[in-house]
Amino acid sequence: MIRDITIGQYYPVESKLHSLDPRVKLVCTIFYILSLFLFNNYYGYLVAGVFLIFVIAQSKVPVSFIFRGLKAVIMLLLVTVVFNLFLTPGEPIWQFGILKISEEGIHFAVKMAIRLIFLIIGSSLMTFTTTPNHLTDGLERLLGPLKKIKVPVHEISMMMSIALRFIPILLEETDKIMKAQMARGADFENGNMIDRAKNLVPLLVPLFVSAFRRANDLAMAMEARCYNGGEGRTKMKPLKYHKNDYVAYMIFIFYIAIIFVIRMVL
Amino acid sequence: MNIIETKDLVFEYIRRDEEGNVESISRAIDDVSFDIKKGDFVAILGHNGSGKSTLAKHINALLMPTEGALWVNGYNTSNADNVWKIRESAGMVFQNPDNQIIGTVVEEDVGFGPENIGVPTKEIWERVEKSLESVGMLEYRHHSPNKLSGGQKQRVAIAGIMAMKPECIILDEPTAMLDPNGRRDVIETVRELNQKEKVTVILITHYMEEVIHADKVIVMDSGKIVLEGTPREIFSKVEKLKRYSLDVPQVTELAYELKQEGLDIPNAILTVDELVEALLKLER
Repeated sequence: MIRDITIGQYYPVESKLHSLDPRVKLVCTIFYILSLFLFNNYYGYLVAGVFLIFVIAQSKVPVSFIFRGLKAVIMLLLVTVVFNLFLTPGEPIWQFGILKISEEGIHFAVKMAIRLIFLIIGSSLMTFTTTPNHLTDGLERLLGPLKKIKVPVHEISMMMSIALRFIPILLEETDKIMKAQMARGADFENGNMIDRAKNLVPLLVPLFVSAFRRANDLAMAMEARCYNGGEGRTKMKPLKYHKNDYVAYMIFIFYIAIIFVIRMVL
Repeated sequence: MNIIETKDLVFEYIRRDEEGNVESISRAIDDVSFDIKKGDFVAILGHNGSGKSTLAKHINALLMPTEGALWVNGYNTSNADNVWKIRESAGMVFQNPDNQIIGTVVEEDVGFGPENIGVPTKEIWERVEKSLESVGMLEYRHHSPNKLSGGQKQRVAIAGIMAMKPECIILDEPTAMLDPNGRRDVIETVRELNQKEKVTVILITHYMEEVIHADKVIVMDSGKIVLEGTPREIFSKVEKLKRYSLDVPQVTELAYELKQEGLDIPNAILTVDELVEALLKLER
């Protein structure tokens, strides 16, 4: 089941989007998400949609792979749509008991759904095309100015990249412990919610113990390799803007400009 | 010239109760003195709890002696100012390959050490390439460490240390979690580094087969050095080794038993070839 979730995964192909600087992708994703909430008419969605299709085409990530990511959040989508549909005040065009549907409600629900879908696809495109390490590197550089107000930016990004590295190892370990417990008669599949939750305790305890042990080992290994915080560290792969990165910024600014025009004019 | 010198080294694990009173003291290292020459391949043997891993951590300044002193490359490990210089000249490889790889890509992991000591970007790439080549892992440079076998991961870890250009590598039971193939690869890599790159190697292990090529063997038992000498000297004392719950290599044991039964063969046979030769001589 865990493997079905494609959000946050990296999709290894070579494309223009993959080779962009992570800072470009981070900044553009954030502003793209903000732009989705800037306008309130369907023309805006058309532009945002066209832009998204353009980016998907550039990324070379298969469309089916992208939509598989949406499946995981379909429940969230449905709940949002239903709530917006029934709870938006306005002139009812259909009524059943306390349930009312208004025209405004329909518009609002549809817009919300499109927004959410664009938001999820847009942000997962970033993770599909950027390796976790690149992402944390980009984040470290972007948040760099915060160091002046004593935010431990380097430490945060180091923690993130270590966490990402250990996810597959801990998943494997969970699987191993689960099988070992099942071999001794533990039952993780039957029973009601409370029983199942209770059955997880013997799984979580050894997992935590082993995670702490690993953390201890890793800390020692890092110290042995002269890790001493971010001070005086050099980078093997320093981030540098190339021509394509500036082109990407230009295209994105163009997109934002159109969105503003639509907001002002229509 | 000695790269490592120790004098009357003592290390105590102190257990305290909640109020901070000393509950019990256990001596992990008890009055140990030895020297290691530059360029040597030294093996430290001992069963579990003999203090060999604790000793290894002292050489990397991860632990500091309770009494006595240890010098690495002339730097005293008890002085906190020397810690980073010591770790630069004495790298350490640990037992569990998963828990010492930091990067999500092989080459990034190898670059981690040089990044920490502030090597310029261009030189990091050269060092990474060179050290991956020296352990025979260059073709895996873009792989994720999660997809490698245990032996390969351990070689990546060794490359990560080599990239820092240390004068000495300490390997703390690097093969304990590996299968026989991985074990052979790792040991061969280490021997090669010792011979070609002239790196001093300190190998901590309890597999006897791994120490027969060492220049010097140190046997530890309950925190003390009990035997010290060439592999041949050490393995001629079969009875004594057994008392420290250590085995000798199978061939050595066979030769020893044959000798006990009255065959006229030399002491301390280390390899199959040697035994064959000795037996052929008897025939004639």
